[in-house]
Amino acid sequence: MSAQVLVVITSTDLFRTLVSGLALGCKYALVALGFVIVFKATGVINFAHASFVLVGGYMTFNAASTWGWSFYLALLFAMAAGAALGMLIEALVLRRMVGEAPFTLVMVTIGILFILDNVVTAIWGPDPQNLGDPWTTVRQFGDVPVADKDLWTIGFTAVVLVVFFLFFRYSTLGLAMRATALDQEAAMAQGISPRVIYRVSWGIAGTVAALAGAVLSAGSVALYPGVGLIALVAFPAMILGGLDSPLGAVVGGIIIGLVQQLTSLYGPEYLRWFGHGFELVSPYLVMIIILLVRPYGLFGTKEVRRV
Amino acid sequence: MAAAFSNVSAFVRRAPRGGDPHRNLTLDYADDLRLFRGPWRKLGLALLVFLYLWIPGYFSLYVLGVLTLCGVYAIGAVGLNLLTGYAGQVSLGHAFFFGAGAYAAAYLGADRQWPLLAYLLAAAAIGFVVGAVIGPFALRLRGNYLVIVTLGLVFLGEHLWKNWESVTGGGTGASVKAAPTSIGTWNFKDLNVGGVGYQKEQSLFWLVWAVVAVVVIVAKNLVRSRAGRAMQAVRDRDLSAEVIGVNLARYKVGAFAWSSALAGLSGALYGVVTERVEVSIFNLFLSITFVAMVIIGGVGTIFGSVLGALLVFGGQQLISQNSSFFLFDPLIQSSPTDNGLFSIGEFNNILFGLFIVLFLLFEPRGLAALWLRAKTWFLTWPFSY
Repeated sequence: MSAQVLVVITSTDLFRTLVSGLALGCKYALVALGFVIVFKATGVINFAHASFVLVGGYMTFNAASTWGWSFYLALLFAMAAGAALGMLIEALVLRRMVGEAPFTLVMVTIGILFILDNVVTAIWGPDPQNLGDPWTTVRQFGDVPVADKDLWTIGFTAVVLVVFFLFFRYSTLGLAMRATALDQEAAMAQGISPRVIYRVSWGIAGTVAALAGAVLSAGSVALYPGVGLIALVAFPAMILGGLDSPLGAVVGGIIIGLVQQLTSLYGPEYLRWFGHGFELVSPYLVMIIILLVRPYGLFGTKEVRRV
Repeated sequence: MAAAFSNVSAFVRRAPRGGDPHRNLTLDYADDLRLFRGPWRKLGLALLVFLYLWIPGYFSLYVLGVLTLCGVYAIGAVGLNLLTGYAGQVSLGHAFFFGAGAYAAAYLGADRQWPLLAYLLAAAAIGFVVGAVIGPFALRLRGNYLVIVTLGLVFLGEHLWKNWESVTGGGTGASVKAAPTSIGTWNFKDLNVGGVGYQKEQSLFWLVWAVVAVVVIVAKNLVRSRAGRAMQAVRDRDLSAEVIGVNLARYKVGAFAWSSALAGLSGALYGVVTERVEVSIFNLFLSITFVAMVIIGGVGTIFGSVLGALLVFGGQQLISQNSSFFLFDPLIQSSPTDNGLFSIGEFNNILFGLFIVLFLLFEPRGLAALWLRAKTWFLTWPFSY
């Protein structure tokens, strides 16, 4: 080993990394929650969710910066537009594909991803934009600086998780969605329409995706077409928690976020062997290792089958 | 019993005046084994051989370059079709194996100066081994989980190619220009047969499409064999396959290994043809392109994959060359001053996505199904319904 300059990692650095890891994890969690809702209800792994996220970001941008609306109004508008987009895609394409093999469904959503992403680039251009969010201040907690947008991200994730919990636990529609996910035929026999359930879950996914898009692209010139690809990192988060568990998505997201930030903190010193930029791919490695130990994720439903 | 059957078949085969029956019916096992059954298929084969010899002399060097790359992708697509279409194991990781083959060509061919056949086979062998290592994941994970794990493989692969600089050249890439391209006295960058010299593009076309032919015949025979039937049983229902005595571990891992071997071979040829291997090529988009070739060509048909490669890659090149074609002109902005909604890249990608969605919605078995339906219509005439 040649002589290296050892960077001293102080406890402040560690705290800062933990907070930013938590915030990053919550961003992934928000994206993953949308994936999970659609998967739980319809059994589709929706790659197009990444472009819902992108569309949500640009809708917020368009309303806030171009039309000059107040930011929170713009955010609500983007969420409504996201819901409409989700339901539209469901009605146009996925409705016709019910009962197809999982891979066929995956490929259809990849096709939609290509179309939507490129339409977005065609409308708003490839250059990075300012989202126009008011979350620019950085607060000091002791000597740990915390950005406002990180606090908002963590807050949004917590709120969405609580709303999901209340919705699934106490509302009639939520109960109907759980029943359909559990046993579709039995649910139909009770008078629940799977069509409504499918449409609603795509709508919810679109709404959450728009929120995730705004959160992912907040900050200065952070909104660009590549945001859709960042959303793909939510896959490890979703898989980690188990495909069909909202709580798992959040836990998985936070784990992935922490892993990513911690590897970027300690990577240059202790993980030199893994190479430069390892933090970008570490989520996938963690995902593969966890899947080998627990093939259905941390909180996923175990499928009982023996071969 | 067997004797009785052979008598019957001999009776049926013997038409009244000693000729064959007027339809190409499958009457006994020997008929079933024949790859080119009947006069139409023989005619088709002759046509293909004719095209193979004629195309390099007729088309421009640019078109030949595109067709050659179509052939390269066709090999990879056949490999993926073995895995997805026949064994039913889904993978978005094909770009990773393709990349492994391409870097093998760069390292063994250009750096170590191995002969052409040696490094092509080595690339296939490396693909085989890597596939056999990844294959066991398919035993533990199924369907959606396997899709995401193989997706992760592409990202991990990209990281590996960027950082393993001694072999891959890191971010700058590796040159394959110096790799030998001769088999015996035939140099496939400067072919000279019987005193006539040919251009590089012409020679490479012959090389690549000869490999395509070999791969297609091997793959076609593989899927007709015991192994192929076992793979299809695994695809249709792995539980039942295991019950009737198919060794799941063997065929799932085997399908991964063979499919990656073809991807490796295809990657090595890609290196030979383009002479440069860069990390930016082996991304998720390439994997998706391979899957699109399989779907658009036809899942579970070998010649469909070749059709798919021609349509997907050839189609993209065709559009980027003809952006001022009157149908596209209002849509494509071919220069900064031109009117148009999309850039060429965007238009190609939208069309690509649209093709995937439309094929899956309306013709899930791809182009091959159109052809098979037309063929059945004629074969069963006058009872075509």
